[in-house]
Amino acid sequence: MRTNLRFRPVAVIGAGMTPFRRRMLDTPQELAWEASRRALDEAGLELRDVDCVVIGSAPDAFDGVHMKGEYLAHGAGGVRKPVSRVYVGGATGVMTAISAWYHVASGLCQKVLAVAEEKMSPGRPHPQSVFRYIWDPITEKPLNPNLIWIFAMEMHRYMNVNRVSKEDIALVSVKNKRNAKKNQYSQLGGDITVDDVLKSEVLVWPVQLLDVSPVSDGAAAMVLVSGDIARRYTDTPIWVEGVGWTLDNTSWPGRELAYPRYLENAARMAYKMAGIERPQKEIDVVEPYDPFDYKELHHLEGLLLAKKGEAPTLMREGFFDVDGEIPSSPSGGLLGVGNPIAAAGLMKTISIYWQLKGTAGGMQVKKSVHTGVAQAWGDLMQASTVIVMRN
Amino acid sequence: MGVGWYGFSPHVHDLSFREMMFEAASRAYYDAGGMDPRKDVDTFISCQEDFWEGISISDEFAPDPIGGAMRPTMTVAGDGLQGVAHGVMQITSGLADVVVVESHAKPSDIITFSDVVKLSEDPIYVRSAKVPNIHFVAALDATKFLSRGKATRADLAEVVSKNKSAGLSSSKAPYAARIDKDYVLSQDYVLTPFTRLDIAQPVDAAIVVVLASETVARRFSDTPIWIHGIGFATDSSNLELATLGEARYMRLAAERAYLMAGVESPLKFRGIFVDDRYSHKELEHLEALGITDVVEKLREGYFHPGSYLPVNPKGGLLAKGYPLEASGLSLLLDAVEYMREGEESAIVGSWRGFFTFTGSVAVMSR
Repeated sequence: MRTNLRFRPVAVIGAGMTPFRRRMLDTPQELAWEASRRALDEAGLELRDVDCVVIGSAPDAFDGVHMKGEYLAHGAGGVRKPVSRVYVGGATGVMTAISAWYHVASGLCQKVLAVAEEKMSPGRPHPQSVFRYIWDPITEKPLNPNLIWIFAMEMHRYMNVNRVSKEDIALVSVKNKRNAKKNQYSQLGGDITVDDVLKSEVLVWPVQLLDVSPVSDGAAAMVLVSGDIARRYTDTPIWVEGVGWTLDNTSWPGRELAYPRYLENAARMAYKMAGIERPQKEIDVVEPYDPFDYKELHHLEGLLLAKKGEAPTLMREGFFDVDGEIPSSPSGGLLGVGNPIAAAGLMKTISIYWQLKGTAGGMQVKKSVHTGVAQAWGDLMQASTVIVMRN
Repeated sequence: MGVGWYGFSPHVHDLSFREMMFEAASRAYYDAGGMDPRKDVDTFISCQEDFWEGISISDEFAPDPIGGAMRPTMTVAGDGLQGVAHGVMQITSGLADVVVVESHAKPSDIITFSDVVKLSEDPIYVRSAKVPNIHFVAALDATKFLSRGKATRADLAEVVSKNKSAGLSSSKAPYAARIDKDYVLSQDYVLTPFTRLDIAQPVDAAIVVVLASETVARRFSDTPIWIHGIGFATDSSNLELATLGEARYMRLAAERAYLMAGVESPLKFRGIFVDDRYSHKELEHLEALGITDVVEKLREGYFHPGSYLPVNPKGGLLAKGYPLEASGLSLLLDAVEYMREGEESAIVGSWRGFFTFTGSVAVMSR
């Protein structure tokens, strides 16, 4: 039931994904089209019915194409239509859905196709190489840092400030890979133990191989339409009730890394719009961004679903399990499904959409759900995007 | 509400792109009536592309120089006018009352400009052909346009002469020059049918525009410039399927903008600011904006400064240079200045350049 009367109603009526895999043979355009076609099929629409296309894709260097939005437009059905690409680094996936929301909410468009695609496999010698060029060219690049180093610093800081053990953090990886077993699109679902995580290869202490999501190729797409149109196509539209995003400053070394304050800002913006005053009581299911296992805990705190430093305890108690109080990452998250950056963020939004619609199949959580939140994170540990949906 | 810019120089050597953004933003906030971005702005939009910046995930650097840190800041990987369209949508959806749109370019930092442009070609069908000159699609487009039999090479030279001369009235046109048509025609071809004067040069610039809802605009300013309609569109982005010789993307964008603004005829406007990074593109884009008999009108002087419908009276991109993704904002900036000088209304039409087929149109009045 929609409760937000201030904004023009916008509903999700269809979504689709490609499987996430380490290396897909399809071109980026083909991946984008496969996801788009599936989303249109679920919505019962044809491409000619779509007014506008919003594309999300993270660094151009992954696919190796300059102006990647223009290149992807053809595959995303963006021919002779308003097409634009939005971008907030790793947080792009949810931003794509947010942008599609305001395309409809503004009245400019009635039916919008939101498409997110990432093909990381072309990166040589490894997709990590792309991250050699994300740094401040003067103060940081000469040090040649890589991304896992700085996340190791953040993980360390989070563990140190909140007195969290590696065992507690490993529980996230165990949970998400277990959840991903039931997701037909997943790349790395499976039963692992805390011991497996703790014995996996150390990349940069305290980050170990099974603490990290994999490199992936994949695409995801959603159809968002105005409220009156939604009723023509489905009896069960899922309403976008709140959106929020925040970018912190570029200077990550000067930031308190133990707590994502920028995410709290983004969450408060979305919650205020959706009329959520007590997140832990009012949110039924959540998909926090989990490229690393500690990030899910970090983000659950930033989303105000746990107090600072409390998320590991709740995780241990099963609060965030698929049959817990607030199931977290029922899709399997990035750790289990895979992490084609922008597509992974939209996958999280799609997971909440399917949960609220009741069509998540084996991933469907046990409790009945009415309010769900998806979140993504990116840039230099500085960006977060949040979307709240209700059925 | 406010506009600010810095640069419009072939080589800004004393400021980094972030410092240029800061300068442009400070001037825009001052121009908007002394706004404090930390308190008075709801959302921020930056328009940029990674490969132009030489930085992956370049939007990391968007928030600090424009006051957008710890605020809702996002990037539209596209032309600045597309960013304005996103800003308008954020305002009309009720999400924001004040939106800041920023775009910048520092092509003087790019050592291998042609190679970067080539990376925007389709990696399978076009890039592998290894065409050495990045202007080849523009030349094909111009040849097709000329083959329709209305325009001649002399008409393209007239566009160059008109715009470069008009640029002398602007404080931000480093490529302005008083040259006549014969001088242009006497130049050697770079690529048929273009001489080097027919092709606009890249330029360093940062531009910031402050947009506001009507309620807020009335509170801060007695003389706001209104955006009545805005549209953007992409034709087929695949070169082998795209339409050459006409600017369908601009026509689709104009249709949306005109519908939103209730425009009956573009001839009723007092100025048109349209992308002219290749001389023929000005005429092609004018056709797409719904103006008929553009060649005849050009020959009659209809589009010259002070005439019935001045086109690029501030010199266009041929005189100013094109600041990559800030090109649309550069044309919008001209339109704002033009209206602040007393003219009533203007249409702005931008394009992202080859290898794209994306354009945006804004309908504005004083």
